[in-house]
Amino acid sequence: MTVSASPGGPVRRLAGLLHRRPSIRLAGLLSAPLLWLVVAYLGSLGALFVTAFWTTNEFTGDVVKVFDLGNFQDLVNQSVYRTITVRSVGVAVAVTVIDSLVAFPMAFYMAKVASPRAQRWLVIAVLTPLWAGYLVKAYAWRIMFSGSGVLDWFLSPVGGHGPGYGLPATIVTLAYLWLPYMILPIYAGLERLPGSMLDAAGDLGAHSFRTFRTVVWPLVFPAVVAGSIFTFSLSLGDYIAVKIVGGRSQLIGNVVYDNVGTANNLPFAAAVATVPVAIMVIYLLAVRRTGALENL
Amino acid sequence: MRSTRLALVAMAAVSLLAAGCGDNSSTSKGGGGTEAGFTPPKMSAMQTLGAGEGQVNLVAWAGYAEDGSNDKTVDWVHPFEKATGCKVNTKIAGTSDEMVTLMKTGEYDAVSASGDASLRLIAGGSVAPVNTNLVPNYKDVFPDLKTKPWNSVNGVAYGIPHGRGANLLMWRTDKVKPAPTSWGAVFDPNSPYKGHITAYDSPIYIADAALYLSATQPSLGIKDPYALDQKQFDASVNLLKQQKANIGEYWSDYLKSQQSFKNGDTVLGTTWQVIANGLAADKAPVQTILPSEGSTGWSDTWMVAAKAKHPNCAYKWMDWIISPKANAQVGEWFGEAPSNSKACALTSDKKFCDTYHAADEPYWTKVHYWNTPISQCLDGRKNVQCVDYAKWTQAWTQIKG
Repeated sequence: MTVSASPGGPVRRLAGLLHRRPSIRLAGLLSAPLLWLVVAYLGSLGALFVTAFWTTNEFTGDVVKVFDLGNFQDLVNQSVYRTITVRSVGVAVAVTVIDSLVAFPMAFYMAKVASPRAQRWLVIAVLTPLWAGYLVKAYAWRIMFSGSGVLDWFLSPVGGHGPGYGLPATIVTLAYLWLPYMILPIYAGLERLPGSMLDAAGDLGAHSFRTFRTVVWPLVFPAVVAGSIFTFSLSLGDYIAVKIVGGRSQLIGNVVYDNVGTANNLPFAAAVATVPVAIMVIYLLAVRRTGALENL
Repeated sequence: MRSTRLALVAMAAVSLLAAGCGDNSSTSKGGGGTEAGFTPPKMSAMQTLGAGEGQVNLVAWAGYAEDGSNDKTVDWVHPFEKATGCKVNTKIAGTSDEMVTLMKTGEYDAVSASGDASLRLIAGGSVAPVNTNLVPNYKDVFPDLKTKPWNSVNGVAYGIPHGRGANLLMWRTDKVKPAPTSWGAVFDPNSPYKGHITAYDSPIYIADAALYLSATQPSLGIKDPYALDQKQFDASVNLLKQQKANIGEYWSDYLKSQQSFKNGDTVLGTTWQVIANGLAADKAPVQTILPSEGSTGWSDTWMVAAKAKHPNCAYKWMDWIISPKANAQVGEWFGEAPSNSKACALTSDKKFCDTYHAADEPYWTKVHYWNTPISQCLDGRKNVQCVDYAKWTQAWTQIKG
């Protein structure tokens, strides 16, 4: 943007106008993203909530647009939906915990130990799995968990068996799929941590665990929280991995999918879909109370 | 080539199933009545066939109107266009629900409806009766497919049968001994194959349990597995809840099921003929049977829109798709039994019709084609309310837990 006010071509004049009128400048910058946020994002969320109170005509499958609390009553009264919700949250928590345990040492090595050259290559290595398709990776795990697969072959000499298809397989697969989303925020957080602080802690006589507990963890905690928001929300909404390696189990996403796909009961699917939204809101509020969001 | 073809067939079959999950009217054994419990809007069929309008708009399952774009050798649309001058515009639908919605727009002339969509289309006034005299090839259609509850109302035909398939019991011959002859093998609570049994992942699978109960618990009085009153429904659901303990995984993806059988993760369970064929090609030791209780299955029907803009071309298409050559092609491509008896002479695999039991009428009397359960009992009972499909879906969620 030019400071010169000399009237020239249309570009010049536009630049001058934008300079004199900051409000127009702001509108130009923000209208597209705001339109996206309000119309496409909040709008669809709003439509979801409204739809959740409708019902469908049993025979023609048409949506009946009459206010009705039946969907939510079913959600609350039928124990199966509580079971599925608890299971889904459990899976999301397990995935998040596993990912943070695996990601932290990896990110620490990348940020603090590896040479700058190795660092670059490690970042690329962490990102590489994102280049491969979701389904390809999930099916790869399906083959590994199979009764004649790699895991079984690996464990059979010690008398073990692969876990087969089921919830453990789902957790492992999801933890694998979302690992980069945990490593990268922690890596970024650790990079911002000055190396001199670690040295100072060592000089003052702190052992490595104490350094971790009193210096590294408090400073990197917001980054871990950022990563956990990714892994938690991605796991909570997933329904494909569990279809591929989950055996006979189902998660919230499957209930939504079944009601949209086979039952054509969009209102009930919308009602079910509000459950993960509510859980994420609670999660974010809880995270906010820890103060982690302010330090992101 | 083979893999794309298989994937296509799988997609088509899955969508077909999804559709089938809706509401086919089912045949009760040997039954021919159409006690669907509703009166269709008054409409009359076309009386005379005129000249083609130059084009026709179809709603079809993937694999039903192939124009060579998926496989150059698989093309029965261009020959049709050449022969009739009707250009074909196909809209592929993924589910029966989508078909019902698309047909309501009034922009399409014909639809390949599964039994779970056909009754809804008729009741909703989206499709008109069909004058079978204007479809010359109709005379060669297997008689056990004509004027059935899912393609006619009170003896008035509403569509032209396209093809059919059955859900079979498959097992690994090296792992399952002795060979099963009954669905009891998958419902046995003390099954030695615990953790290696599979079941189809859709609410419509409740009908499989109901069918088994109709044979083993006559006191429940189940006549039609798609017309279950609350007591019969609860019994079927309980059977499935008990079965869940033995299930290794539920399948809805045809390739996934094939892989499970090949690896031996699954050794016993419900399947389709195409899956068995794929496994045979892979040299996996499996065998299929139509168990003694019979089984569930599907049967598709081409129907004409009530407000078709190109009715003449639609009739020409219906005649074309059940002509021996095209019907043989679509049957082989999709993996289902053709509806035209003369198609069997024209399949590229000479044993195709034997494999798919196309002409085996006693075989099909044991198949209960998918139907959409509605609250008016499809088997004609007037004194009770049946459980509708929305409840089937919720029950299916509870069965899986």
